Amino acid sequence: MNAEVVVKPGAPPRKLAYFQAMVEAIRQEMRRDPAVFCLGEDVGAMGGVFQSTVGLFKEFGPERIRDTPISETAILGMALGAAAHGMRPIAELMFVDFMGVCFDQILNNISKTHYMSGGAVKLPLVITASTGGGICDAAQHSQTLHGFFAHVPGLKVAIPSNPYDAKGLMTSAIRDDSPVVYLFHRGLLGLPVMGYVEASLATEVPEESYTVPFGQARVVREGDDVTIVAFAQMVHKAIVAAAELDKRGISVEIIDPRTLVPLDVDAILRSVAKTGRLLVVDEDYLSYGVTGEIAALVAERLDRIRLKSPVRRLAVADTPIPYSRALEPVVIPQSAGIVAAVDELMRTSIK
Amino acid sequence: MSDLNVAAVAAMNGMENPMMKTDRERMLWMYHRMLLIREYEDTLAIVYFEGKLPPKIQKGLAFDIGAGSIPGEMHLAAGQEAAAVGVCAHLEPRDSVWATHRAHHFAIAKGVDLRRMTAEMFGKVDGLSRGKGGHMHLYDPHANFACNGIVGAGIPHACGAALAAKARGTGAVAVAEFGDGAVNEGSFHESLNIAGLWKLPVVFVCQDNNYGISVSKRASTAVESNVVRAAGYGMPGVSVPENDAVQMSAVAGAAIARARCGEGPTLIEMKVDRYYGHFQGDPETYRPKGEVKALKGQDPILKLERMLLESGAIEATGVAAARQQAKRSVAEAIEFARNSPYPGAAEAHQHVFAD
Repeated sequence: MNAEVVVKPGAPPRKLAYFQAMVEAIRQEMRRDPAVFCLGEDVGAMGGVFQSTVGLFKEFGPERIRDTPISETAILGMALGAAAHGMRPIAELMFVDFMGVCFDQILNNISKTHYMSGGAVKLPLVITASTGGGICDAAQHSQTLHGFFAHVPGLKVAIPSNPYDAKGLMTSAIRDDSPVVYLFHRGLLGLPVMGYVEASLATEVPEESYTVPFGQARVVREGDDVTIVAFAQMVHKAIVAAAELDKRGISVEIIDPRTLVPLDVDAILRSVAKTGRLLVVDEDYLSYGVTGEIAALVAERLDRIRLKSPVRRLAVADTPIPYSRALEPVVIPQSAGIVAAVDELMRTSIK
Repeated sequence: MSDLNVAAVAAMNGMENPMMKTDRERMLWMYHRMLLIREYEDTLAIVYFEGKLPPKIQKGLAFDIGAGSIPGEMHLAAGQEAAAVGVCAHLEPRDSVWATHRAHHFAIAKGVDLRRMTAEMFGKVDGLSRGKGGHMHLYDPHANFACNGIVGAGIPHACGAALAAKARGTGAVAVAEFGDGAVNEGSFHESLNIAGLWKLPVVFVCQDNNYGISVSKRASTAVESNVVRAAGYGMPGVSVPENDAVQMSAVAGAAIARARCGEGPTLIEMKVDRYYGHFQGDPETYRPKGEVKALKGQDPILKLERMLLESGAIEATGVAAARQQAKRSVAEAIEFARNSPYPGAAEAHQHVFAD
């Protein structure tokens, strides 16, 4: 697979896959700031199991692209220590599921140090990991878990859904003085071994460095009848569903918050105030999760927002992710399910 | 790689001395700091119970951990002073210490501001963390000191600081200090492996006080001495089997010099004693009767004091003056903390993020 995209003079706008856009942001920041370095399992010569650091080892060498032992606690703990002492580490966990091995460093240390020190100790570090289902990797390698991170005070959480945001959010993450959890969805990366998402995986990405600010949602698609708030892979499922719903005369607006923390509450409320209907679609677990949080934000403002139908949520329905090809799409929301949920929303009214 | 021993490293003493010119100066510095630490811990042991006992607390309670001037848990390090001064006597301001929940001795030895540290324990706005950390979470970037409420969690942080020092070429050394309970945590093993692998400028200081809360080392640890674990991670392991500041200083000085000149990490196990319970109010039912009294018979401060008196490095009047000075410093710190105001309610919402 090609990490470097060669652009010929006079060629049409440059397109990059998600993983290439993400790596480009890291490369540009590493060139700009010698304090930035990567550490994690297989980030070196291999370029990351999901090509999240591909090509960087060759340019920056083993001191700045550090292969580590399989020691998640040490990886994150060292990122903390290095960040407190003048560095800007990017620590990769490979699969977000592996954070279970080192959750103390996230839950009790990285997220809380700035607060517990009364602002005396800043931790400019980025934790990256791949997320999501779609390749039948079963319950220990298919979760998204972004809600976990968003639940813990002190962590910013970015979950880009496309190459442009992947680059801009990574640049913002590296430059942020707070710890950022940056989660990339495997299905969106554009790797030749995982082409299962119904989406255009290479899109136009400017070559020059740019940031996508945290806390600014993207209106993926404007519409009048229903607001769908969706994240990462679910954005693309929602786009497919919206095209189908269009044929039925239902106009869908899709909001991609891009970051869970900080969350662009205003953008969500603005859209829901316009459409009067809300469906939240998430690949994380349903109960006590992100979908409930967004529903609650709307519920708390019903004095200002008039809903035409009750809020609906679609998420992984409180089961582990099953292995079988026949079962995995049963628990992970799919486009057909989104269409059905919107249909139902249009037929339901508030008593 | 051959293990270092106390005699061999004592012979290497000429290599270090970053702060103190002579052994005598170092011994006197250690003595003064140990007195200060002991006075601090013994004073806190009393102040801590202010307002926590009947009749000042709710009827029916024997002891109210959340009441009084210093709320929350309190872990005191009296009896462990020698380890802190032995190590910190060789550290420069640029060097960092990553400590545990029982960390006052290392904080004081590393030069953390005593008044702000005390104000932090009182939950006051002049505290190191403006009252948001408490005694298990003392952060002083000026002294390059941090401690941690989770057993073993700070060990990889020291490795990260050491990695940063290496990357930035600062020449700084990082010290992870922890108890004998922490060596059974995964973080210890992951950290030592990486430090050994990358030859990081870090020193691992295990203080063996024989207890992980209530469970003795014998009941929790498969090996008699944790020093043998160093061999598994490609670094020397050195034991200091006596609660003796001079021996600890010799071993720590060599390990710190070794780290500073790029030769990599060392694991040191230092025998210390825990005079108080795991936390204040701990009934210590698990401890043999008379154990603490016997341990105090080999007190490391008295031992160093005798040595200094016998060698003429200090006189009886000097001892009295040093003890008075420690009392004054601690009283001032407590007074400062008492007089500092509590933070306003808005403080609770500040510093979640760095912006």
